[in-house]
Amino acid sequence: METLELYNYWVFSILLMIGFYAVTAKLNLVKKLIGLSLFQSAVFLLYISMGPVEGGTAPIFHENASDKLLSNPLPSVLILTAIVVGISTLALGLAIIVRIKEAYGSIEENEIRELDRK
Amino acid sequence: MSSEAYHLAVLQVVVPLLSAPLIILLRPRGLAWAAATAASAMAFAVAVMLTAGVLSGIEYRYAVGGWPAPYGIEIRVDALTSVALLVVSGASLLALFAGRRSLDGDIDEARQPLFYGAWMLALAGLCGIVVSADAFNIFVFMEVSSLASYVLIAAGPNRRALAATFKYLVMGTIGATFYLIGVGLIYMMTGTLNLADMAQRISEVADQRPILAAGGFIIVGLALKAAVLPLHAWLPNAYTYAPHIVTVFLAACATKVQIYVMLRFDFLVFQGNLTDHDLQFSRFLMPLALLAIVLASGVAMMERNLKRLLAYSSVAQIGYIMLGTSLLSAAGLSAGIIHIFNHALAKGALFLAVAGLGMHYQGLRLDQLAGAAKRMPWTMAAFVLAGLSLIGLPGTAGFVSKWLLISAALAEGSLGIVLVAVVLLGSLMAVVYVWRVVEAAYFRAPQQAVADQREAPPMLLAATWAAVLANIYFGLQPGLPVQLSQAAAASLLQSLP
Repeated sequence: METLELYNYWVFSILLMIGFYAVTAKLNLVKKLIGLSLFQSAVFLLYISMGPVEGGTAPIFHENASDKLLSNPLPSVLILTAIVVGISTLALGLAIIVRIKEAYGSIEENEIRELDRK
Repeated sequence: MSSEAYHLAVLQVVVPLLSAPLIILLRPRGLAWAAATAASAMAFAVAVMLTAGVLSGIEYRYAVGGWPAPYGIEIRVDALTSVALLVVSGASLLALFAGRRSLDGDIDEARQPLFYGAWMLALAGLCGIVVSADAFNIFVFMEVSSLASYVLIAAGPNRRALAATFKYLVMGTIGATFYLIGVGLIYMMTGTLNLADMAQRISEVADQRPILAAGGFIIVGLALKAAVLPLHAWLPNAYTYAPHIVTVFLAACATKVQIYVMLRFDFLVFQGNLTDHDLQFSRFLMPLALLAIVLASGVAMMERNLKRLLAYSSVAQIGYIMLGTSLLSAAGLSAGIIHIFNHALAKGALFLAVAGLGMHYQGLRLDQLAGAAKRMPWTMAAFVLAGLSLIGLPGTAGFVSKWLLISAALAEGSLGIVLVAVVLLGSLMAVVYVWRVVEAAYFRAPQQAVADQREAPPMLLAATWAAVLANIYFGLQPGLPVQLSQAAAASLLQSLP
């Protein structure tokens, strides 16, 4: 079953779509942000599944490294940066929600839009 | 090149990045402002030196940390880069120099050093996007600049700034994540992140589906961040409710930097490697560009709020840039690139004038601005001249780019006639929306009697007029930007067969 062997890519795309759905369809701003976070986490999985080499071991210190097959560490290193970016975005988004709650008294998008119309 | 000149390219990022934490610590706020302006001035000086170097034929390549190109992070400066660097650092310098008094009305004093710190991070991020030649590094700098500009926009005095920021944050993050997915797919196929290396290696796998998908993800993601028409929803409110000087800065350069990355990717990496790529790029973007010109100009004609009117006009101007690049010819590309420069001049000057108006008129609705020309004659005169550049009247910078765009479109044959018609229609619509402001300010009686004739503060006025005079100077002497944009177009089209 070749389709199932690529399961990590299936997880990536399904998670991506769930996150995207939540961002677009949810009216509660916190739920929107959780969706956004899911959306980004899906991409982390995509990058992590690039790294492993078939039969390869972890690319850390080995006694005789020359005859060992090693996995590619670079995607994991890259995505570490992207995870930090994701956390910063989430934190900033939550901070903005706190201020929206203070200013509008609501975190429901439709209520905010209603208040803006006045 | 000498070893000092070698380091210039990285200084462009290092100066604002290192000054950010310093500025946060500075009290009183005047000191923070002075330091931020000085750092911007230094970044602008570096950009000018780099441009001079590029014009004399140097291509700057800097290996960060001494690690050579395909594995290490590379920083590169060529003609296209120097255009973008001039726009970014120039806009930051002008806005900061002008904005001190205008900002006092928007942010309380204690928080201003923090604001200037965030500004420096935004500047560092935008410069970083422009200079780095590494796909993943572009993503990191993109997020640095985006996170900082969310903070800048949220500093707006109206609570609607918060809702606008949240929308921008969500859409900006989706755009950046799309870009990241695309880069990941290309990395999977080629094993490299360096753009030049990528362009070479991609030809072996170019006909495979992941590359096609990567192209789609990258272009859509960047189009979202650049506010190309159907994806522009975040822009009007973000520009409207941000503090005035933030609007000056972001309107002049934030979306253009994303277009810059799009051009880099599209012409260096994909064009010439993907089969039918011209079809996928140009046949999709050209209709969107035309729609952007017509629809956004139409909305601007209806709009009652001055800042939002200019924000929609920005969406239309992005359409002109995309139209030029979607022609896929050297003439069209250089018209698009020079419009990046010229539109930054015109919009920067317009929003500076708006910042001046904003010091006396809170809401900036057109009916509130009645009689503004009596009260602030110099500011309104600057607004009118910059508006003429936006329209594209001969003798202003806007004319040069529209002229180049029209002559590039005419070279396309019968399709070109349609394109020229749309460009002219867009210019006519620009006449209408600029005229509506002029009519309100010059020909309507003020709502209450004009008691005091207060102008904008001298520094703001000086910066506004500097921008206006630059519009006229580059309209009469377009040699420098034309030369740069032609060199940039030539280097972008190199990879074409």
